[in-house]
Amino acid sequence: MGKTLTAITLAAVAFGSVASADETAELVVNGDLNMVTRTAAPAHLSDVLDEINSGWLYRKDETQSLQTDDFDNPGMIFVDLAQDEWDTVEGTEDKSCASCHDDVEDSMKGVRAVYPKWNETAGEVRTLAMQINDCRVNQMGADKWKYTGGDMAGMEALISVQSRGMPVDVAIDGPAQSTWEEGKEMYYTRTGQLDLSCANCHEENYGNMIRADHLSQGQINGFPTYRLKNAKLNTSHARFKGCVRDTRAETYKPGSSEFVALELYVASRGNGLSVEAPAVRN
Amino acid sequence: MKLTSLTLAAALIGGAALAGEVAPKDVQYDESGAVAASLTGGAGDAINGAMLAGTKSKGNCVACHAITALADVPFHGEVGPSLDGAGERWSEAELRGLLTDAKMTFDGTVMPAFYKVDGFTRPGNAYTGKAAEEALTPILSAQEIEDVIAFLATLKEE
Ligand code: HEC
Ligand code: HEC
Ligand code: HEC
Repeated sequence: MGKTLTAITLAAVAFGSVASADETAELVVNGDLNMVTRTAAPAHLSDVLDEINSGWLYRKDETQSLQTDDFDNPGMIFVDLAQDEWDTVEGTEDKSCASCHDDVEDSMKGVRAVYPKWNETAGEVRTLAMQINDCRVNQMGADKWKYTGGDMAGMEALISVQSRGMPVDVAIDGPAQSTWEEGKEMYYTRTGQLDLSCANCHEENYGNMIRADHLSQGQINGFPTYRLKNAKLNTSHARFKGCVRDTRAETYKPGSSEFVALELYVASRGNGLSVEAPAVRN
Repeated sequence: MKLTSLTLAAALIGGAALAGEVAPKDVQYDESGAVAASLTGGAGDAINGAMLAGTKSKGNCVACHAITALADVPFHGEVGPSLDGAGERWSEAELRGLLTDAKMTFDGTVMPAFYKVDGFTRPGNAYTGKAAEEALTPILSAQEIEDVIAFLATLKEE
């Protein structure tokens, strides 16, 4: 066994050199906004994890630094565009988001930190995207946005920015509990011909390289994230879809009740981490 | 040459086992998860096996394992142990069992089964994210499994 270990270490030195991420770095945005990127795991995870870590910790230095200043963070461009969208009148009711919610900085402060959230009137757990589309359709008389599209991702980012630095704090008890249980079941279910669950990669192997990728805990406190790879904002459901597809499985649809449940569960694994959106990823 | 004939064979038979081959469902495991009989009845080609182990669309073993013999292939993973010396640690039968279905050796392992076509949840059509419409084909063919075994058998410590 000792021998094997040495071989692993040597091999890692020889070709694992991509792992230049600094897992001990501190994330401070714009010089004064201190982010909690590692903290004690919430009680519901205490039997499997001691500490929860932001995906930011697992990115390379260059990617990490893009998130420390809003002028360098390409995701902020989409936040600016969404600010215009916020004030744009659309639909049969001649209203904009601002008509009802006024200044986004006041009305949306703290909202992202508690989503997905149980909506009493609708009798369902709602993601931010579901709530945004509900307002578009039922309040504005406008068309729905595509669940993972650019307009939606931008608006989610604008709303999320108003909670940046606040701890994720989604409720998992009460009426949300059964949805949360469903999401948890999904997190631990192995899918596809590779027969892998979220937990196989993000709970058992975070910190390890899988080919050229440095595995994180798969947290969603940074979503929507700007990815250098596709130069746009990416929603959590699009990410889930990609990860499920990579197990050689039939994926679920973004916005489906399954992914809503999974989002609630995954969000709850990050309870205590700071809202970081829009985070920057490779 | 070898590659072309393999590809052709796969296209012609649509993944069904060739005559004389052990089909995925017929693989016989002993109590420790080893598989004694060659899946093809013959020996594998270590050179092709090395290619398969390092190729993303094939075995992609390097996604999870470091293999010094494949140092020219970039980015080796750390999810599984280094395979250096695997040919000394394991017999050919044990390696075959590890490749066809590693869960028979290591209960609950994350290592995928490379010669298994059923018992999956939401099986997809390769990496398209769509449901599999036809019967699944194993990730590696019988010949490819034997080739990777032949390659692993060459991996000796130092
Ligand atoms: C005509 C009024 C109206 C318009 C226009 C409107 N909303 Fe709303 N919005 C509401 C009401 C009412 C609620 C509370 C809904 C509930 O709790 O069931 C709400 C709730 C929300 C929430 C959830 C807040 C929370 O604390 O949970 C978000 C997010 C939101 N709206 C975003 C938007 C966005 C983005 C737009 C524009 C695309 C928009 N709204 C347009 C009336 C409106
Ligand atoms: C085969 C391994 C694998 C499986 C299984 C897997 N993922 Fe991932 N996931 C990755 C890799 C690789 C990345 C990119 C590196 C990283 O951030 O971990 C990633 C990234 C993510 C991210 C982005 C994290 C960030 O901070 O940007 C989320 C969220 C995520 N995965 C969730 C999931 C969920 C939920 C499941 C199960 C439905 C899942 N993953 C299954 C490999 C996997
Ligand atoms: C998704 C990850 C993954 C992939 C892909 C993978 N393995 Fe593994 N493998 C593992 C893990 C993890 C172990 C350790 C067994 C355990 O305890 O679960 C392992 C164990 C092994 C072992 C025994 C370890 C030893 O001591 O030598 C061999 C041999 C092996 N794998 C060969 C392969 C080959 C060959 C391939 C490609 C055809 C492959 N693996 C692909 C994850 C993987």
